[in-house]
Amino acid sequence: MSDASLNTTSYENEAGFGDFFALLKPRVMSLVVFTAFVGLLVAPVPVHPIIGFAAILFIAIGGGASGALNMWWEADVDALMKRTRKRPIPAGKVTAGEAKAFGLTLAVMAVVMLGLAANFVAAGLLAFTIFFYVVVYTMGLKRRTPQNIVIGGAAGAFPPMIGWAVATGGISIESVLMFSIIFMWTPPHFWSLALFMNDDYTKAGIPMLPVTHGRRVTRAHILIYTLLLAPVAVGAGFTSIGGPVYLTASVLLNAWFITGAVKIWRRSEEAAVADKYAAERKFFRISLLYLFLHFGALLAEGVLRNFGMEGW
Amino acid sequence: MAIVKEHEIHRRRFGRNAGVGLALLAFVVLVYGMTVAKMQSGDMMEAADHSPRISMTPEVPSE
Repeated sequence: MSDASLNTTSYENEAGFGDFFALLKPRVMSLVVFTAFVGLLVAPVPVHPIIGFAAILFIAIGGGASGALNMWWEADVDALMKRTRKRPIPAGKVTAGEAKAFGLTLAVMAVVMLGLAANFVAAGLLAFTIFFYVVVYTMGLKRRTPQNIVIGGAAGAFPPMIGWAVATGGISIESVLMFSIIFMWTPPHFWSLALFMNDDYTKAGIPMLPVTHGRRVTRAHILIYTLLLAPVAVGAGFTSIGGPVYLTASVLLNAWFITGAVKIWRRSEEAAVADKYAAERKFFRISLLYLFLHFGALLAEGVLRNFGMEGW
Repeated sequence: MAIVKEHEIHRRRFGRNAGVGLALLAFVVLVYGMTVAKMQSGDMMEAADHSPRISMTPEVPSE
């Protein structure tokens, strides 16, 4: 043999374990884990710690699987946006087919295992969440309508409801209210992001509200949804999962959030450009804190209840 | 390109295989833990063994 050559390009980009983990969107998964955990803990039925742990894990894997399927479908637009360009598929680490197989396998496994570990109401809700996120939001709405995140936000709102179903085996007003808080919170959260990331969405051709209707309309929509969110969030405080701690936190947080939304609504585009969307960026950060502290307060009420300090 | 025994790709593949191995091991431990938890909680532990058994048959209403 006189010649030997190695094809170095074929494996230089080969995926490591971390690349497959990145397909699961770990940051989104952390929100799923936290809200599902709160939903499970505030429920009036105690769950064995191991069963609770396993259920949260399978909910997280189900959420991660829908993330992988989303990346499979979105690989072409992900390559165009600065925020998503380094994801495993556009970076060439994982092929779209691998991501699809990985996502489907994990999705089926998560749903079946959640059914066996907890109950089939929770498993059914998880299956519906995955279907809603992948088929309804990613394949159906995202590239077609500026209302994409309003309807698609439901997918992110299901985890506390699934957590509640793991414990109780059903659906009730409390779990619907936890769902509604996240559902109503999603539009102002994502639209504030879209206000200062508009260029990315324009380039990718995704019809986010600032792209299709302009920033003025988006600012008004942020305010409207923030005002609609407040009674839902405060209202949860009067149910069995609420209490004085939650109610105080919720009133203060909603006052803060509405103040921020009014500020955004009154701002002119010139002022926003001049300070590089400082108020919009701040509102986005506040929105993350808003959701975290609301569920944190629900968790606090749940813990207090376990120590015999009933909320109401 | 020099031919070396250990290429970076070998470490990456080992990492991937070790990750899958650990994930599978964790899954086995989890299923075992769940089984113990379910039995401790007094969930249904009897299964049909092809012969009628009083604890497995439906109650007959008394007259």
